Amino acid sequence: MHAAVIVFPGSNCDRDMAVALERAGAKVSMVWHKDTKLPDGVDLIGVPGGFSFGDYLRCGAIAANSPICRSVVAHAEKGGYVLGICNGFQVLTETGLLPGVLLRNAALKYICKPVDLTVQTADSVFTSGYEAGQTMTIPIAHHDGNYFADAETLKRLHGEARVAFTYNDNPNGSVDDIAGVLSENRRVLGMMPHPERMAEAAHGGTDGAAMFDSLVSQVVAA
Amino acid sequence: MKARVHVMLKNGVLDPQGEAVRHALGQLGFDGVEGVRQGKVIELELAETDADKARETVTAMCEKLLANTVIESYSVEVS
Repeated sequence: MHAAVIVFPGSNCDRDMAVALERAGAKVSMVWHKDTKLPDGVDLIGVPGGFSFGDYLRCGAIAANSPICRSVVAHAEKGGYVLGICNGFQVLTETGLLPGVLLRNAALKYICKPVDLTVQTADSVFTSGYEAGQTMTIPIAHHDGNYFADAETLKRLHGEARVAFTYNDNPNGSVDDIAGVLSENRRVLGMMPHPERMAEAAHGGTDGAAMFDSLVSQVVAA
Repeated sequence: MKARVHVMLKNGVLDPQGEAVRHALGQLGFDGVEGVRQGKVIELELAETDADKARETVTAMCEKLLANTVIESYSVEVS
């Protein structure tokens, strides 16, 4: 499986994401935001965490309009896989690939700590290594992770089982405790928690590893 | 010419920053502040000289980048 990890000025989880993907067996290419073309044969695009463009204007807004993001959107529209973590989730909502938006945390504080999540659906290449209803511990590290979408969008997300993860103890005010959502074709996932920071024993836990393992094995098989 | 864009959170979207400002004002003794909403002002210097065209262009900028219309509304002033 060939993955591309996008690097924006201010990305700081790009290498963590690459390491997690490589550990699971993927070949990883790092792609600079000013590039306009993805490497040939890319199966998965990773949009990493960080503070792209200093969070200017809105988190993810400038990155979502960078040259490479046109290729990211085109890849997703062709049915390609995209994983956005933290700032990557914010970028994907700004491109319109995922619905909703991430607002400032309800308590206005930056939060960096492990949190318990519940897996809401195992029906995606990202979550098939888990069981629906399973609890996992994954760190969050964000100032703007307060997921918001209008009532109609939420109804659709719930109806189509596109809420991938929820917080057990809502840390940031997200509507319906939502921590991650899937696209309509279930091939784009955005989530605020960082599975790549909980992917090997040295991280203090390995609950995030199954995401990268199932991604690599299933995307290859597909 | 110049354009000024006001971006505000839509009604119904919780504004925790505005709420924190309201709370701080109350603590400073400013009673009776019933609501605070915080937004952004963006000023643009444009080469365009036709006001209608400028307004049209800036509106397109708002839709594409300056505002996220999922949660924000905007208004454009041209002068």
